[in-house]
Amino acid sequence: MSIVVDSVSKRFGDFVALDDVSLEVRNGSLTALLGPSGGGKSTLLRVIAGLEQPDSGRVRIAGEDATLTPPQRRNVGFVFQHYAAFKHMTVRKNVAFGLTIRKRPRDEIDGRVDELLKLVHLEGFAHRYPSQLSGGQRQRMALARALAVQPRVLLLDEPFGALDATVRKELRAWLRRLHDEVHVTTVFVTHDQEEAMEVAEQIVVLNQGLVEQVGSPRDLYERPANEFVMRFIGPVTPLGERWLRPHDVDILLEPVAEATEAMIDRVTHLGFEVRVELSLGDGDPTWVQTTRGRAEELELQEGQIVWLRPAQAPAMAPEAA
Amino acid sequence: MKSRLALRFAALGYLALLLGIPVALVFINAFQDGIGAAWDAVTTPEAQHAFYLTMVMVLVAVPLNTIFGVLCALAVVRQRFRGRALLNAMVDLPFAVSPVVVGLALLLVYGRRDGWVGEWLAERGIQVIFSTPGMILATMFVSLPFVVREVIPVLREIGTEQEQAAATLGAGRLQTFFRVTLPAIRWGVAYGVVLTTARALGEFGAVSVVSGKLSGRTETATLFVENRFQRFDETGAYAASVVLALLALATLLAMNLIKPKEARA
Repeated sequence: MSIVVDSVSKRFGDFVALDDVSLEVRNGSLTALLGPSGGGKSTLLRVIAGLEQPDSGRVRIAGEDATLTPPQRRNVGFVFQHYAAFKHMTVRKNVAFGLTIRKRPRDEIDGRVDELLKLVHLEGFAHRYPSQLSGGQRQRMALARALAVQPRVLLLDEPFGALDATVRKELRAWLRRLHDEVHVTTVFVTHDQEEAMEVAEQIVVLNQGLVEQVGSPRDLYERPANEFVMRFIGPVTPLGERWLRPHDVDILLEPVAEATEAMIDRVTHLGFEVRVELSLGDGDPTWVQTTRGRAEELELQEGQIVWLRPAQAPAMAPEAA
Repeated sequence: MKSRLALRFAALGYLALLLGIPVALVFINAFQDGIGAAWDAVTTPEAQHAFYLTMVMVLVAVPLNTIFGVLCALAVVRQRFRGRALLNAMVDLPFAVSPVVVGLALLLVYGRRDGWVGEWLAERGIQVIFSTPGMILATMFVSLPFVVREVIPVLREIGTEQEQAAATLGAGRLQTFFRVTLPAIRWGVAYGVVLTTARALGEFGAVSVVSGKLSGRTETATLFVENRFQRFDETGAYAASVVLALLALATLLAMNLIKPKEARA
């Protein structure tokens, strides 16, 4: 089901968490709310879930105005960063919670819970308590619990934020596949641009309570709306008056028009990628990313003088910083 | 190594001197004339009535203070309102005020002749002072803070996420309370109940002031112990003390028995 956020504002005392935010999430899509901490993304998610009341503005879920609907009746699935597992219940009871509340028949609950435990690969863990599970398993249990009631939308607040890097990578890929299987409209919050790029179809960049840009991962990377988005979404390197992606700089051995002279300080081989650190004519440091093949072709070495030229690529004039 | 042994010895020695030896002596003295004599002393009609009255105090004060305690803890931790800090501070009053003062304060409110509402109640046939209601009030007053104080830190620690998760899953406020919050704080509540029970069983000062100490009528177990002791009936005093101690011990054991086997997270 689609979600429409219309001019929502929310303050906590003097702090403006959301400043007239509008947003549309298509039915069945997978959207990331991306931004630095304190940017308002969690607040926006909680407003959609009904866990926070906006000061002004409206929220529509599946076309219905849900602004005043309490969370109990919004039929949204919510997954918390720290799992919010019911510690005194087994995995089975946790997953069954929403159905038990809805007083569904016993057989139906058992069947649905088995199905979900299979979906999240926790079949053998039904009778364990959350304290006997790893972080990744707890989060999958929380996800199954949220999905049990067949929510209209699934909301995840930094779902992998408390997990270690390996588990996080695994769960990202797994969330992507799960979404392909279940097709429920999904919005997740993250401060990790790589996670957003890898998992989401649509990314909403939020900063200081404002939407900076909405677009596909590729849009955002290739056509950032402003310097903030450009710097937040990927690495940047300064070249003269401009910010560029470090792989969008050509290294040349001869001077040509529009090229800037630079001296190589250091060449770092990172496997396929080679990182070249340089000093520009005025002594300002910069760096360029190139491939192993190209670096060998040019025989790049420390102390060498080269010329840098922007490849045809997005660039931003730096704002007064 | 030596210093650790010394520490252990000091702690155990302190406990033995303060608790172990005196309590052991109470048991020894209770049975100095044999088990039969001790049994007879605690089965006289006066003694039976005293224990009955103590049980009434416990059975009224503990459930009421438990319900109040949980609600009060919820209000202090989960809500923001004017006077919240005041409520939080007021709860500790029974810790700070001497029980004798509590008893006198109750006299000022409910005393028959010059009490604040005593005369009004007396005209309607309700006697508070020198009867069971006053003693129950005194017991409730002194045992009020325990559940609140045990539950507040547990509520703070569990946070609100589990309750919010329950809400998004469709649980109403009462469902969330009984299915999520209460199970999560149950050990805090249980410990609070044990402490409340122990305090209600052992209360002496406040009850003493408002009871009138009429043997066989307004005499609780602790008052009975004092009464016997003052009449040089050592066996009676110590035997009744042993029963009180056993009741407290039984409360602790009961709590441990109902503890389910599941893992505590």
